[in-house]
Amino acid sequence: MAEKILMKGNEAIAHAAIRCGCDGYFGYPITPQSEVMETLMSEKPWETTGMVVLQAESETSSINMLYGGASCGKRVMTSSSSPGISLMCEGLSYLAGAELPCLVVNVVRGGPGLGTIQPGQGDYFQSVKGGGHGDYKMVVLAPASAQDMYDFVDLGFELAFKYRNPALILSDGIIGQMMEKVELRPMKPRMSDSEIREKNPWATTGKTPDRKQNVHTSLALDATMHEKLNNTLQSKYRQIEANEVRYEATMCEDADYVIVAYGCMSRICENTVELAREEGIKLGLLRPVTLYPFPTKYIQGLASQAKFIMSVELSAGQMVEDIRLAVNGKIPVGFYGRLGGIVPSPEEVLAAFKEQIKNLK
Amino acid sequence: MKEEIIIAGFGGQGVLSMGKILAYSGIMQGQEVTWMPSYGPEMRGGTANVTVILSDKKISSPLLGKFDTAIILNQQSMDKFENSVKPGGLLIYDPNGITRHPVRKDISIYSIDAVNISVELGESKAYNMVVMGAFLKLKPVVEYENVIKGLKKSIPPRHHSLIPLNEKAIKAGMEKLVKIV
Repeated sequence: MAEKILMKGNEAIAHAAIRCGCDGYFGYPITPQSEVMETLMSEKPWETTGMVVLQAESETSSINMLYGGASCGKRVMTSSSSPGISLMCEGLSYLAGAELPCLVVNVVRGGPGLGTIQPGQGDYFQSVKGGGHGDYKMVVLAPASAQDMYDFVDLGFELAFKYRNPALILSDGIIGQMMEKVELRPMKPRMSDSEIREKNPWATTGKTPDRKQNVHTSLALDATMHEKLNNTLQSKYRQIEANEVRYEATMCEDADYVIVAYGCMSRICENTVELAREEGIKLGLLRPVTLYPFPTKYIQGLASQAKFIMSVELSAGQMVEDIRLAVNGKIPVGFYGRLGGIVPSPEEVLAAFKEQIKNLK
Repeated sequence: MKEEIIIAGFGGQGVLSMGKILAYSGIMQGQEVTWMPSYGPEMRGGTANVTVILSDKKISSPLLGKFDTAIILNQQSMDKFENSVKPGGLLIYDPNGITRHPVRKDISIYSIDAVNISVELGESKAYNMVVMGAFLKLKPVVEYENVIKGLKKSIPPRHHSLIPLNEKAIKAGMEKLVKIV
């Protein structure tokens, strides 16, 4: 078995990028994710795999470097935290509009504005509902461990290229800063130029006589053309929704009550479920692994079995809206959240849960 | 086996690195581990703390409200974490700079004069390993040889000449702790 190394989630992102054939990282430092670029800079992958690591002059610049790299069919990525991701949203909309694959990592801190450097989950709406303008979606993966941080880099790239669409890893300050054992997966080489030409025929690799120019733009001034482009995007999103839903259900089979939580809060709520079970309360946990596409169908199933579903988030209540849409009034949906970078303990979540079920008839 | 530990003190006392060495020792022993620091301005001189969990099973929450052991190295941390020790749990503290000593009667309390012990060893930077020794004496959750392996993993190779000194500090901590309650 491969050696397991103690590392931060942020460090895992960097090691995974080098080891999964990433061609370029472009970023700008911000707490709590600065270790991503720090690790890349100290590992110097340009001397081994040839991967480019560049500190851009701003987040706006990083995301547009991704547009350039992605156009060439390269595996390119960036990472940032909430305020930096806000700056990238225009670029993300352009990348989605031009159907370009890339990977973006958001190690979320508390907002709005500069907010706090402590963990938050207030960027859910920004991640799954848009953030940038127009009707676009990104595949959104929510890691809950340092190993997930590592594994979702390759998975994110795979999904991004499968659908020619930006993928986002929506992490948080806890998952980024926490150290855990990480198993490094086997090294995957970067694609050669000829492999890129073969696998990504859409890439701007230099026009050859046998094909037309490859042009990447999100601009379509003709109304009919533009509607067609949008319809293409929408049918792609329906495919993603049909194929890529991922979730983890813990003790949901016999559950009377279910907590839904992602990222760091899914870890904390796992403990809450253990505490509740010790008291004989039939509580289960649903952890959406993909936030887009959302495990709507599974939640619909839970709604015909459980009496109550509660969303637990480090936000004022964002994912709970998607849960309510899935449940569609069938059973009551509760919410418990903390703000300002305060992370509730498993006991506090349990107390909040008990308080809310007391009010059920 | 599951041991949930909070280590809290000033930034610069080696709180985070002690946690890291402990976590790595756990890995060497084949345990599951999590290491969750307070991060941010603490590193530049304020109070710093880290939650370390060692377990034979998969670990759920890396953040906790109650701990099996609290290792407390300044007054602010005493005020904050004395009441977070589970009944029957363990509190180890360095009495230097402590003006309000712990008052709980339902937990075991030990003190370790790590400041003076590390100065006597001739290296005040070995402070955190003296504290670590005191902890390991009371809670041998990882075997000594795995602690040394953990040290080697945590300390960059260019500093490996310091490992014998760190070992000496751990042993001094094991010998010189004082039972209070």
